[in-house]
Amino acid sequence: MRNRSFIKHYYIMLLPGMVWLLFISIIPMFGIAIAFQDFNPGQGIWKSTWIGLENFEYMFSLNDTKTIFFNTVYIAVMKIAGNLIVPLVFAIMLNELRLMVIKRWVQTIVYLPHFLSWVILSGILLDVFSYTGPVNGLLNIVGIEPVLFFARADLFPFIVVGSDVWKEFGFNTIIYLAALTGISPSLYEAASIDGATRMRRIWHVTLPGLRTTIVLLAVLSLGNVLNAGFDQIFNLYNPLLYSTGDIIDTWVYREGLLNMQYGLATAVGLLKSVVSFVLIIVSYLLASKFANYRIF
Amino acid sequence: MIRETTLRSRVFDVTLLVVLLLIAFLCILPLWYTLAVSLSEKSAAAAGKVWLWPVGFNFNSYQQIIGDRSFFNSFWISIQRVVLGATITFVVTTMMAYPLSRSPREFRMRNAFMWILVFTLLFNGGLIPWYMTVKAIGLYDTIWALVLGGGVPVFNVILIVNYFRNLPKELDEAALVDGAGPWRMLITIYVPLAVPVLATVTLFTIVYHWNEFFHGLVLTSGQDHYPLQTLIQQFVVVIDASNMTEDQYKRMNELSNQTLNAAKIFIAMLPVLIVYPFLQRFFIHGITLGSVKE
Repeated sequence: MRNRSFIKHYYIMLLPGMVWLLFISIIPMFGIAIAFQDFNPGQGIWKSTWIGLENFEYMFSLNDTKTIFFNTVYIAVMKIAGNLIVPLVFAIMLNELRLMVIKRWVQTIVYLPHFLSWVILSGILLDVFSYTGPVNGLLNIVGIEPVLFFARADLFPFIVVGSDVWKEFGFNTIIYLAALTGISPSLYEAASIDGATRMRRIWHVTLPGLRTTIVLLAVLSLGNVLNAGFDQIFNLYNPLLYSTGDIIDTWVYREGLLNMQYGLATAVGLLKSVVSFVLIIVSYLLASKFANYRIF
Repeated sequence: MIRETTLRSRVFDVTLLVVLLLIAFLCILPLWYTLAVSLSEKSAAAAGKVWLWPVGFNFNSYQQIIGDRSFFNSFWISIQRVVLGATITFVVTTMMAYPLSRSPREFRMRNAFMWILVFTLLFNGGLIPWYMTVKAIGLYDTIWALVLGGGVPVFNVILIVNYFRNLPKELDEAALVDGAGPWRMLITIYVPLAVPVLATVTLFTIVYHWNEFFHGLVLTSGQDHYPLQTLIQQFVVVIDASNMTEDQYKRMNELSNQTLNAAKIFIAMLPVLIVYPFLQRFFIHGITLGSVKE
């Protein structure tokens, strides 16, 4: 049997990670107290006055709050839909491609944007969609007046969702491709003997074969309904776009850290954390029930 | 694979090929465009004359960057951050994963620790409490804020735990009979066997630290301490937050030094482009290992 003294070493192995976790993740959880205080940085968390739910009442009375919650959910849901469907279609197309060399090249190229930061991609996008950029150049050729893309609040959500899907679709394809290798080739042979065309084979063999994966990914993405992507929006937006582009995370950053509304911003952040927590728990429960998914 | 030579199937193949190649081109086109702009004449870029080939080919913007002290300072900070961050994360997460991969019979507290980890994965205090804690423990304005400020990558720990648990139990027993202790077991047996998953999470850590800009923005006092991405964010992406009209926005667009910005973006992209071919070999295998379980 295993030596009892091993246990001591197990604790030593866990120690550095747990200390790190304690300081960066666990202690900040107690900082949530700020949401229930009229927080004064000079007095700190121990001496600031407690005001109960006042921050929350104020939060719900603000128009900003409705806007940011709506924008967050709107952008996040569109992203979730796009990031489920586009990679699925792309994976099926790749799967049908018979030239293996080209398949590998295409895969290598479409994964690439995933590894570039939103800072870099935003710099590129701002340039590509600028007044004199190539997109406006193309519009000019078909006779459309130049558009100031990053001054148009009505277009901003589409740019955000479109560029996110563009960045991530290749990478999101990987899971589908892994699932596709699990479909038995004999199913395709049987279908073709029965006279199914390639489109019919995709419809009756490939798609049903991917069903569990699609459901699993859809269920797990539920936890992201309040994550519209801070890095991306923070680097793309400007004050002209607040009405459709401001999300919870960017608002909390501006009101909390820049305008020093600590109590209010923490209250909004807390609401987001709690709702997200519930959604993730629900999505994990659903995933384990329907797809037998467990994280460990 | 079924061989088919019907006309219909051939048309299908050709259409597919064309569409897929187009999609692939769409993925690198913006990056290619940036390179072309960075190598162009300033005035040509500002007038929107650059498409896919540099107009008035020159290296002026790159020469300008070579003389830019703050750019290299930030580049160096980013390199330090990546090396320290990847090393520390590798050591700490692997060390955590080993005891957590033991069965509860061997290590009774295993499940308790696992639940703490999962809880921090699902719930967090939010931006403001995080910021104040990091400041209060004295990390502000040090390289450690950048290295440790993001916290323990709990998901990586879980991936490694899952991998460790799937290794054959017999190895473990054999090593135990030979008198190996837990450290020896981890270093000489588990780590070498877990190379695919460890390489994947380490490469993702490297990319994370190279790409992350926000901690540099809020946890350092200014330009001299910015990692590269934060520096670029400040000088390329940020638009003055004062109230702006559409006309002002348009004018600012025209004033910005496009070729120089494009060159900075391209240089910041370069390390990823260089390690990418090596990285790609590992991650597909590694990801599916972690996410798709039998």
